Amino acid sequence: METSAKNLSRRNFLKLTGLTGAALSLGFYSTAKAKEGSIVSTDTANNLGIELNAWITIDTTGKVTIVNHRSEMGQGSYQAVPQIIAEELEVDLNDVNIVFGVGNNAKYGNQITGGSSTVRGIYKKLLKLSATAREMLKLAASNKLGVPISELYAENGFIIHKASGKKLGYGELVEAASKLEPPKDVALKHPKDYKILRKPLPRQDTPLKVNGKAIFGIDKKLPGMLYAVVERNPRFLGKVKSFDDTAARAIPGVKHVLKVQMNVFSHKREGVAVVADNLWSAMQGRKALKVEWDDAGFEHHSTEQLYSKMRDQLKEEPISFKTKGNFKNVMEKETRKLEAIYETPYESHSCIEPVNCIANVTGDRVEIWGPIQGPDWIQSDISTQLGIPLENVTVNMTFLGGGFGRKAFTDYPHEAVMISKEIKTPVQVVWTREDDMTQGPFRPGMVYQCKAALTDDGRIRGFETKMAGQNMDHQNPGANKGSYNSSVTEGFLETYFNSLPHYNFGDVPLESPVPVMWWRSVYSSTNAFAFESFMDELAISVNKDALEFRRQHIWDERYHELISKLEQVSGWKSKSKNSGYGVAITECFSSIVGEVVKVSKKADGKLKIDKVWAVMDCGWYVNPDTIRAQVEGSIIMALGAAIKHETHFKDGKAVERNFDTYKLPRITDTPEIEVHIMENDEKAGGVGEPALPPFAPALTNAIFDLTGKRIRTLPFTLEEV
Amino acid sequence: MASITLKINDKNITIDADPKMPLLWAIRDLIGLTGTKYGCGIAQCGACTVHLEGNPVRSCSIPVSAASNKNITTIEGLSEDNSHPVQQAWIQEQVPQCGYCQSGQIMAATALLKRNPNPADKDIDSAMQGHLCRCGTYPRIRKAIKTASQLMNQKASAK
Repeated sequence: METSAKNLSRRNFLKLTGLTGAALSLGFYSTAKAKEGSIVSTDTANNLGIELNAWITIDTTGKVTIVNHRSEMGQGSYQAVPQIIAEELEVDLNDVNIVFGVGNNAKYGNQITGGSSTVRGIYKKLLKLSATAREMLKLAASNKLGVPISELYAENGFIIHKASGKKLGYGELVEAASKLEPPKDVALKHPKDYKILRKPLPRQDTPLKVNGKAIFGIDKKLPGMLYAVVERNPRFLGKVKSFDDTAARAIPGVKHVLKVQMNVFSHKREGVAVVADNLWSAMQGRKALKVEWDDAGFEHHSTEQLYSKMRDQLKEEPISFKTKGNFKNVMEKETRKLEAIYETPYESHSCIEPVNCIANVTGDRVEIWGPIQGPDWIQSDISTQLGIPLENVTVNMTFLGGGFGRKAFTDYPHEAVMISKEIKTPVQVVWTREDDMTQGPFRPGMVYQCKAALTDDGRIRGFETKMAGQNMDHQNPGANKGSYNSSVTEGFLETYFNSLPHYNFGDVPLESPVPVMWWRSVYSSTNAFAFESFMDELAISVNKDALEFRRQHIWDERYHELISKLEQVSGWKSKSKNSGYGVAITECFSSIVGEVVKVSKKADGKLKIDKVWAVMDCGWYVNPDTIRAQVEGSIIMALGAAIKHETHFKDGKAVERNFDTYKLPRITDTPEIEVHIMENDEKAGGVGEPALPPFAPALTNAIFDLTGKRIRTLPFTLEEV
Repeated sequence: MASITLKINDKNITIDADPKMPLLWAIRDLIGLTGTKYGCGIAQCGACTVHLEGNPVRSCSIPVSAASNKNITTIEGLSEDNSHPVQQAWIQEQVPQCGYCQSGQIMAATALLKRNPNPADKDIDSAMQGHLCRCGTYPRIRKAIKTASQLMNQKASAK
């Protein structure tokens, strides 16, 4: 086929290749499974059949559509939400359509995909509403067949009459069922009867992610859409003084150049947007811009200044948060005491899909498409910013090329809306890698001071952690800067709050212009390095085995079981002589994770990580393979922040701009990882994040075990140890 | 601007583009094949990897003019029905999480297996080390390449 096309648009290309516009807007099909389903849609499910409830729609042919109301950024909600629903609804997961819900807090509840909350936050409700929908279908069948409901059962999309073998498909029943009063108190299955839940079923989005068909935010196109890139002030509080766009406008394809402001917490970030009919032209136009910045009136901070401030602040009294007993008194009385300072770096999220967003503002209506972690938050934020009714703002989710907390923030959709509003055209704003890495928000850098007093028989009598670092809440407009950071205990085992007789957790907040935001496992990702390094130091100070020392302070059987499992799978009792072993156990988003890291020396004397064992106790769970994948991924992300990368600041700007200097872990950095999952009847905990916090302290504890060197500052390199 | 013909996934498509435009943007925005991804723009992450005359290249760092009249294969050209053994292996081992980098990973793995049908662990690491995955799917990428190698060998011996 020979085609000559001047600036061949996507739309034309699709015509040429036989795909229609409808196929594009409705999504794509998983041909690998030769099934009709797996529609990835940003539309609501309303036109796909009769809605039995907010999550379940069935059409008259029996096609079931399940809404995933949370974002899919790799963690597996696209699989987990339907896998929960299919169990009680009695449908084959491979036969259902899965669609993304639009931002709608009233309908779906909180949609902010953070805190590893998707499953643990709503699984009981989803099980119940799925079972309720199934009972409504059974009742409709009972009415139609004239037989008692007790003689019917549901299986694979049908209601079946046991005695006669008569069966009615869900499609034949859905209309009648939708008019029935939903029954109350339906019985739920016992986990031992699960057919779909707790099985390592392949993810429904995998086929779309091996042939280029999954549509991420950056891939989404709208008819007539323009592309924008923005030259933002590299200093977070800086302004645009003036700009010369003569050369930029001369670049072929450039349509508009305009000043733009976006809200970053209580600040307005200023930049100059270049809008063109393709992204490359917009980038060329941006290069040709001449912008003069106004950088007066605020401090141009550096990493050294930020950390020296935090270290100084540790001398101040913390804003108290959680205390028990009288820690000060204990410290005065006891003779065995220990104190240590731990430091963790600022980090970039660095999703491989950089931040991007499409906005289309028409009059007093706004429609947004993008890789978005908080569609309902963005809906309410835009509604407030523009002073328009909530229902006038539609926020559509695409697949996310990574999220990790970065894409939960409202800045980039706000900026896209401001540009579209000004140019009255749908526009996609794409952040280059350099924009994404230097503009933040970042994981906050932290300095911790830990103190403890021990009894003569080697038990902790008093424990204190003081945290210096930014409180994310203090960035919000009108925030009370005197408020404490309740996240200072995140990562600490809940059981210790019962067993430790005296403790004190508090923070001394750093106020800084660096915008900071949730980074996978949030404060646990840094707190745990302090807590679990210090636990190791305490154990060593009283000549106790690291696992035994923890056991002495644990009163709860659930934690003991995890420790025993970890001890067994890692071969803790038969450690090899020439290796170092380190352990860390943390609690994050209602899940407990223990990890053991084994290190040894290579022939050249340099350190290497041989293996990581992880035991995850997340209670009730959906899919063991997803858990294993999340644990593996969390450990590798933790490895990056421990030994590979850090964001520095100099003269008020972020230093690392791309992957040549901000070195993410690569396949060559990846150790063998063995994952185990605890089986119990506990409530569901988080899965996407809790395996991240224990890795760094387990690693540095292992290095101490091998070399006697204590590492208290991250990141470091294995070569320098 | 220049008229440039690209032989992409066995189709000839002529576009009107700035010859200096990176091949990546021509593929994504002018031709409309969005399976090839932007990640860094400086050949550090591998998300934009396509085959140029069968070799894996970083399309973000090659001007479109340099690809003129050469055979280009993108992820969409591997197979539309996921029948390629590397795609099959990626599904079998459940490699993708967010999936964004996987087009590049798969194109690199395909090129590796073409020149080395039975790669050892170190061959896999060295062929794949230019490809970043923030989700950390590396352990599964290692496994999937071994699986793909087996699938390809089975296919070859069945012929």
